[in-house]
Amino acid sequence: MNAAARATGQLGGSSIGSTVARFLRRNAWVLALWALLGALVVFTITIQPRWGAPQLTILAIAALPYAFAAAAQTTAVLVGGIDLSVAAMMTFTSVCAAVLMEGQSEEFGIVAVALVLLLGLGLGMVNGLSIVLTRVPDIVVTLAFFFIWEGAALMVLDAPGGSSARWLRDLIIGPVGGFVVPAEIGDWLPKSLLLLVFSLGIVWIPLKRSRLGLSIYAVGSDQLAAFRSGIAVDRTRVAAYALTGLFSAMGGLILTMNTGLGTPIQGPYLLASVAAVVLGGVSLAGGKGGLVGPIVAVFILRLVRQDLTLMSIDPNVAQVTEGAIMVAVVLVGALVALRSRRS
Amino acid sequence: MPATATEPTTHLLDASGIVKTYGAVQALRGASLSVLPGEVHALLGANGAGKSTLVKILTGAVRPDSGEIVVQGQPRTVHSPAEARRAGLVSVYQEPALIPDLDVLSNLRLTDTPIEAFLAWVAKLGIDDLDLYEMAHDLPLATLRILDLARALAYEPNVLLLDEMTAALPADLAEKVLEVVGAQRESGRSVIFISHRLLEIGALCDRATVLRDGETVGVVDMEAGAEDRIVELMLGASNEEERSIHHRVVRAAAPTPADDTGSTVGATTDAAGPPRLRIRDLSAGTRLKGVSFDLYPGEVLGLVALEGQGQDELFGILSGARKPTQGQLEVDGHEAHFGHPADAIAAGLVYVPGDRAEALLMQRSVRENIALPSSARPRRWGPIRMSAEKSSVDAAIDKLQIDTRAQGEVRRLSGGNQQKVTIARWIAEGVDTLLCFDPTRGIDIRTKRQIYHLLRELADAGTAVLLYTSELEEVQLACDRAVVIFNGQVVAEMDAAVADEPTLMRAAYGLESTNGGEAGVGVLRAGGSR
Repeated sequence: MNAAARATGQLGGSSIGSTVARFLRRNAWVLALWALLGALVVFTITIQPRWGAPQLTILAIAALPYAFAAAAQTTAVLVGGIDLSVAAMMTFTSVCAAVLMEGQSEEFGIVAVALVLLLGLGLGMVNGLSIVLTRVPDIVVTLAFFFIWEGAALMVLDAPGGSSARWLRDLIIGPVGGFVVPAEIGDWLPKSLLLLVFSLGIVWIPLKRSRLGLSIYAVGSDQLAAFRSGIAVDRTRVAAYALTGLFSAMGGLILTMNTGLGTPIQGPYLLASVAAVVLGGVSLAGGKGGLVGPIVAVFILRLVRQDLTLMSIDPNVAQVTEGAIMVAVVLVGALVALRSRRS
Repeated sequence: MPATATEPTTHLLDASGIVKTYGAVQALRGASLSVLPGEVHALLGANGAGKSTLVKILTGAVRPDSGEIVVQGQPRTVHSPAEARRAGLVSVYQEPALIPDLDVLSNLRLTDTPIEAFLAWVAKLGIDDLDLYEMAHDLPLATLRILDLARALAYEPNVLLLDEMTAALPADLAEKVLEVVGAQRESGRSVIFISHRLLEIGALCDRATVLRDGETVGVVDMEAGAEDRIVELMLGASNEEERSIHHRVVRAAAPTPADDTGSTVGATTDAAGPPRLRIRDLSAGTRLKGVSFDLYPGEVLGLVALEGQGQDELFGILSGARKPTQGQLEVDGHEAHFGHPADAIAAGLVYVPGDRAEALLMQRSVRENIALPSSARPRRWGPIRMSAEKSSVDAAIDKLQIDTRAQGEVRRLSGGNQQKVTIARWIAEGVDTLLCFDPTRGIDIRTKRQIYHLLRELADAGTAVLLYTSELEEVQLACDRAVVIFNGQVVAEMDAAVADEPTLMRAAYGLESTNGGEAGVGVLRAGGSR
């Protein structure tokens, strides 16, 4: 917006210094998460000097479904809700994809992907519409759909089965190599990471710049004020839930791509998605935060898990440690935020 | 009754026969409002008269059960604020409408506001250091109100609806707002102006529509003496005695003669005994820079300050919500350090916040809210004695004449009644020191009067009352003495009898009183004491 840029140039002395300071202040949480991730990588290499490209690829593939679950949850939380059916939608879309592709040609995979993504949008829309029309709290409605989508998945496929197109499976296996980027980087960069960035970016970046994106933040921040600003609150909420469904469907596709099968049993993605959202600096009250934080948080949580395994710590103790780390990080972050506000 | 304007075609906005029922409560039963092009039209009514419901209907937030809204000759059904805006009707609500977690620029983009026009209005309204990348929740309330207004003006609405626009504004900004609003007329645009400040309305408005009990009871041309007529309409012919009280409130000039409590407002002598609170050199944050004064038992001490002069910090310290960086606070001669509001309450200091939502449990009943401070005394455990609770609560409700039709949740009460509950809850148990932060903001004259009465009664019973007020006339109506704070320090201390609005205003702006020789007025240097 040209006029705006010009106008703000005149106002309030927005020098480069203050712009940078503001950027740092606004993104302090995410920057701290990046730093934490960096420190974890250094720590990992210290305890396991041979940690390298193959391990990074494993990490990225393991993190992929969690990352999409986190993205889905983030959208619902940003609009001021929560979606307990994220993992169930992933399962349902995953078995649908596996069944669709079973015995079909490689090319049909594209159709299947499109159909499954549409299905995800539809599931999310059903969630959103149910919330808006019944005025039952989000947490209750989506809890109900947690069971419904889970049951639907079992109706489609009552045992692991189906299959995935080969090219889809290849899409996440191994490093990028000499494709798109220089080989030195490409040998390190896992395909799955590129896929993640691409598929989230293609939805999220235009969204953030659109009125719908602003509206999602507005509704999450203050519904009454949003209504008074002329925003169609209900429509915005339905749209946000539809996006949650879309991201869940992406996660579901990943599950099928990863195993080559559809499995009608939910993975641990629901609670993990809430954990990533909280750790990622998204306010559970809505309206505050972004997508990068939760994604980085997913990688932190996965890497912690990998490290604990590398250190051959008892899995039960590892579980406790993971939880403790999460609480500690959120606590420290809250304390720092409190301090800086006081001073 | 003055003839209701009846020109048939020239109205910009014509709402008639509006009816709205909420369950068993009839909020509106035949309200009407007609606005001519190029006029500033006041919408008046006591609390509960149906003003807010009518506003919500006009702006599309609520749908009427029946009635007709005609905008520029065309019947309209308005279903949302966005639709109202397209019809040329834009409102500025009592609460800020900017999204708190978005920066100002995003807020403007969200609502398709023409930014150049917005900035021009912001400058005209007296804010010259606005940073568009500031988050809305980081801006002070007064600035948010101004931005709301600037945004509304930027749409160039045919009808601009302002709900208590000046209530939260410091005097200098309020003046600018009134100027700008008045100037809308010249371009043939109209303004619907809702305010509890009759003087403001008299100075600004052309006509006034008065609501009572959900009905339009009259349309008055604002000319000399119209204020009396408005008060009459607002009150109806119900209660002679009450009406005379309201007249006194409106005329507010001289100290009123003794009322039924036998005390005379503004004439209580300086208490002789030791002070209840002794405040010395109290500082906190960037705004409170060494305030010193005493508060005596049996007096109502008015505290006057423009927005952001340190009064928030002062009340925060006194109520135990924040700690001073410097200075002393003595309660009954003993130095006090509050680490928690419970400490302040235990020391007998009770805080009535300006924001009612801060004090009340909105979803609980009136009864529970009143009983809470006594039954849930800090650090007291064990079962609650229901019979004792009931009698003390009933006494408090009775004393305050709280309308308990809405026996259920407090949030269903009108604003004035909510405010009464915030005070009543402390009376039930008796209180040593009452700290009121602008308790009458945005409530009607009649409830205000009841609150003044109550404060006086408490003071007569030995309570020390500190009353921060943003309405200068309240000092003479409710207080014995006044302290003025400017730039974080006490700049004047005076007897209420001489604390007329101009004197207070000058002091609040940090100007030395020109007629300093006048009896009782003392303009103090920073750090001075009685």
